[in-house]
Amino acid sequence: MTITEIQNEIIDEFGMFDDWEERYQYMIDLGKTLPLINEQYKTQDYIIKGCQSKVWVHAEMNDDKVKFTADSDAIITKGIIAILIRVFSNQHPKDIIEANTDFIDKIGLKEHLSPTRANGLVSMIKQLKMYAIAYQTQLN
Amino acid sequence: MNDTINHINFDVESIRKDFPILNREVNGKPLVYFDNAATSQTPRQVIDVIVDYYTNYNSNIHRGVHSLSQEATDLYEQARLKIQEHVNAKYNHEIIFTSGTTHGINLVATGFSSLLKPSDEVLVSALEHHSNIVPWQMLCERTGALLKVIPMNEEGELVIDTYENLLSEQTKLVFVNHISNALGTINPIETIIKKAHKVGAAVLIDGAQSCPHIKPNVQELDVDFYVTSAHKMCGPTGVGMLYGKEEWLRKLPPYQGGGEMIAEVTFEKTTYADLPHKFEAGTPNIAGGIAFGAAIDYMNKVGFDVIATYEHKLLEYATAQLLAIDGLKIYGTAKEKTAVISFNIEHIHPYDIGTILDKMGIAVRTGHHCAQPIMDFYKIPGTVRASFAFYNTKAEIDALVQGVKKAKMMLS
Ligand SMILES: Cc1ncc(COP(=O)(O)O)c(C=O)c1O
Repeated sequence: MTITEIQNEIIDEFGMFDDWEERYQYMIDLGKTLPLINEQYKTQDYIIKGCQSKVWVHAEMNDDKVKFTADSDAIITKGIIAILIRVFSNQHPKDIIEANTDFIDKIGLKEHLSPTRANGLVSMIKQLKMYAIAYQTQLN
Repeated sequence: MNDTINHINFDVESIRKDFPILNREVNGKPLVYFDNAATSQTPRQVIDVIVDYYTNYNSNIHRGVHSLSQEATDLYEQARLKIQEHVNAKYNHEIIFTSGTTHGINLVATGFSSLLKPSDEVLVSALEHHSNIVPWQMLCERTGALLKVIPMNEEGELVIDTYENLLSEQTKLVFVNHISNALGTINPIETIIKKAHKVGAAVLIDGAQSCPHIKPNVQELDVDFYVTSAHKMCGPTGVGMLYGKEEWLRKLPPYQGGGEMIAEVTFEKTTYADLPHKFEAGTPNIAGGIAFGAAIDYMNKVGFDVIATYEHKLLEYATAQLLAIDGLKIYGTAKEKTAVISFNIEHIHPYDIGTILDKMGIAVRTGHHCAQPIMDFYKIPGTVRASFAFYNTKAEIDALVQGVKKAKMMLS
């Protein structure tokens, strides 16, 4: 699936919820299903700044596609990461770089998260795109 | 409805009417504000003073011959007198207006640059806010003096025996907060000051957290410096005060150069203004200073004794209710503490709890509370901190307890 298709799928999923509780419960559950990052990457080198909770992200490229794994010590943050990874992992670097992230507004995440958390979200996306840019230069 | 907890006739509902912000909603729920240790809310009486200043008096102080400037200057200087009276300073020129606690600490720390030498030692407590650590580290880097730490115990109290052992002829400065912002511990500052003075060391007390709860008596304490921020005690942000003993303020060099702080300026030499203006360079936060005075009036009208008694009851009630939640641990269990509860729930990140509580309109703080060494001591990333003020109610604590239970259910 393309990034846009996945984003639309997520928007549909979140559209089923009536209130914040259901939305958050879903995110928390997504967080629990996040495939774990290899422990060796849970170090200072892989940490993302700008989150009150700790976030580690690792990227590697296989068959011209970037694969992300990540983890956090906070469960709601893990839920957000799970959503981002579902959107961006296993995609071509070029598509990741060009993807817009309006879907985050549409699923009520950005406005519903506290400002510092929202910053964390922004840093996470920035970091994923940075990895994509780095891999893209390898392909060129 | 009168709240008669502890048999004091304290009408919290009528107090709440003074605070317009308490009527607002957050995320569709009535605001429950439990982040008072970060910033307290502002009563109408103080807001009115700010509006009145800009409506009727706005002008620059200490320099104009015109009436407006004279009136503004009078109001500002009256506020200084209110602060002097409030902390019982001997002279009004011992009260320096600052932009807050952080400014006051930096002013003193910078001033000591020329007074310390490499063999000197300064003592900091393990319970400090970063504001009362970093300026002294910077001072030590400039002077080569050695920074030593007064340790804390598991309850979040300072270990006074060790403090005594750390004191020596080399000790030149001791700086401790009156009350810890992260844990609420009330430190035995009378003892700390007395022991420091025995070896000839000066003491700075960070009163950012004490001023909303306790009326400090600087002469009785015999403290050398005492700093605080107005925004922690129902005043505006960006203004605070430094009390310094006259002899110390004379000894310290000016902190910033500029207008207001000079006597005479030529390109060859400038002579400095007398106290307090020597430390008040530039146009100050005039409205803020005046409103700081109004905040002190307001709090005194409510009464510090009544505030302390009422808040203590809130603390006892909240502590009991929260401890009934399985897996909840409170950090900071000192015998002497103010209405601050720092806690975590087993296996749940404080940030997750804070996020869920916010969805329910409950404002708490999460994280390290600018006191990372304390979190390191307990080996935790941070805590959830609920801090209470005299305008909070038992019903709000019930909402917090319900909120924490719900968060726990959702997050486990
Ligand atoms: C104990 C303590 N010291 C210093 C500060 C810093 O105060 P301000 O930011 O008003 O300068 C605070 C504020 O959180 C505090 O709680």
